[in-house]
Amino acid sequence: MSGYLSGLIALLAINVIVAYSVFVPAAAGLLNLGAAGFVLVGAYTAGGLTALLEWPLPVAVACGALMAGAVAFAIAFPILRTRGIYMVLATFAFAEVVAGVLLNIPALGGAAGLTVMDYAGLPVVLPTAAAVVIFVAWLMRTRFGLSVRALHDDESVAHLFGVNLRMTQVAALTIGGAIGGLGGAMLVHQFNFIDVQGTGVLFSIYVLLYVLMGGTQTVWGPLVGAIFFTLVPEGLRRLSETSPSLAFLEEGRYMVFGVAVVLLMMWRPQGLVTRTMLERLFHRVPVAPATTETRP
Amino acid sequence: MTAALRLQGVSKSFGGLKVIDDVGFEVPVGSRTALIGPNGAGKSTVFNLVSGVYPIDAGRIEVLGQDITHHSITDRVRLGIARSFQNIRLMPHLSTLENVMLGEHHRSHALQWVSGAKATARAREALEAAGLGTYPGQVVADLPYGIQKRIEVVRALMAQPRVLLLDEPAAGLNEVETAELRRLLEQVSATGITLVVVEHDMPFVRELCNHVVVLNFGRKIFEGTPEAVHRDPAVLEAYLGTPGETGPGEGGSA
Repeated sequence: MSGYLSGLIALLAINVIVAYSVFVPAAAGLLNLGAAGFVLVGAYTAGGLTALLEWPLPVAVACGALMAGAVAFAIAFPILRTRGIYMVLATFAFAEVVAGVLLNIPALGGAAGLTVMDYAGLPVVLPTAAAVVIFVAWLMRTRFGLSVRALHDDESVAHLFGVNLRMTQVAALTIGGAIGGLGGAMLVHQFNFIDVQGTGVLFSIYVLLYVLMGGTQTVWGPLVGAIFFTLVPEGLRRLSETSPSLAFLEEGRYMVFGVAVVLLMMWRPQGLVTRTMLERLFHRVPVAPATTETRP
Repeated sequence: MTAALRLQGVSKSFGGLKVIDDVGFEVPVGSRTALIGPNGAGKSTVFNLVSGVYPIDAGRIEVLGQDITHHSITDRVRLGIARSFQNIRLMPHLSTLENVMLGEHHRSHALQWVSGAKATARAREALEAAGLGTYPGQVVADLPYGIQKRIEVVRALMAQPRVLLLDEPAAGLNEVETAELRRLLEQVSATGITLVVVEHDMPFVRELCNHVVVLNFGRKIFEGTPEAVHRDPAVLEAYLGTPGETGPGEGGSA
């Protein structure tokens, strides 16, 4: 496999992991624009442990995930006091605080970034991503997953049937944070480097886009979203190299990408993958009769 | 005999508006009680106060002899209060089966598998008993109104309630669906569950219920049998206005 291809697949795998870190809270209706914050916590914890203390990679990775989970748990309580757009802002602010703190720790490289020697290649990153997908798919099929999805649709009714609102939300944020930390630990050891600038707000926005464009109704949405939005810009770039008449795509691919996002938002605000779509594809459910009869 | 549900001097205001004013009534155990009254009488608010959506300002609420005035929502579910809603409040993105399973949430563990054989079997059984066995996998947003309405009743039944509060269960249903709903509720009642029904469909109330409470402007104006309610002057006045007066007519018992 060429270095280019394996690099692309590794990047895709990491994007998938981080997408699921945002998906778990999003499935409960909690929007997280601070994915970069959890990724940085995980990356710097794991990277610091291997680079500075020479801990073995698996232990360092686990510590990175645990640390990000612990941070997520701690900030879940203040963040859950906010709602909607304010929660988006609060998670965004959290990521900025993390960046600010890390920039001011000279031992971790500060603004110059952290270089690590241990390498997590495709044989590590790909199974980790697969494990994350399987774990989240399993989680969503448990009672916990059902209460998460119920919260997304109607908090007060879920509460009336005994769903513990606060505990479910805190757990969703904590699990999401830990997965984000795991993604960060993979990221730093795949590229042997991490810095705060490279994992900023743009990163968080992209990850949130993977999830929202992919769709939060099913566990497959983030996977489709991450694959789509990792491969499409890359495909456009490759396309631009094939013919001089397409060379404008080299610079213009982000424009194409932006237009694609806007069109998707207009025509499929619920995301690419929906529950109804999967039911019809795989279970051959008859199209329900008389949906026009639906009254308010 | 202890009542299934007892309200004593219950009051509730929203801002300056007194929505429930010193209301007290009893729902006998095993009865099929109708809570009726003109629009805005406070019927749904009573359900919200009993299920714990809002705290009450004054008074006391008892369920099966136990004071639940200060109980949390979750404790009330565990004690056996379940409800449906005036406007359908199913989870639109969950399947029929998952919506129904949500009903028994308060009796389950977090890591229990939803698609586990036992849980699925219980939910399917409940759906079949209500004549809804054909829709388990479908996302409820895709189902017709009348079916969604009955799924709400099944979801509430999955909570294994002892007192079941139904807010306008027959609203918007056609005659066939209404008859099916009545049969379902009679079956439920036969198992000993106490029913409290808010409903505007008076023929439905007459056929189903054996006890009636009437509210008007947040006050109780009648409590008794369905036969007596039609002769009660206060009830007639609330619904039809005083004879000879052109006051605020309440549009009848539509």
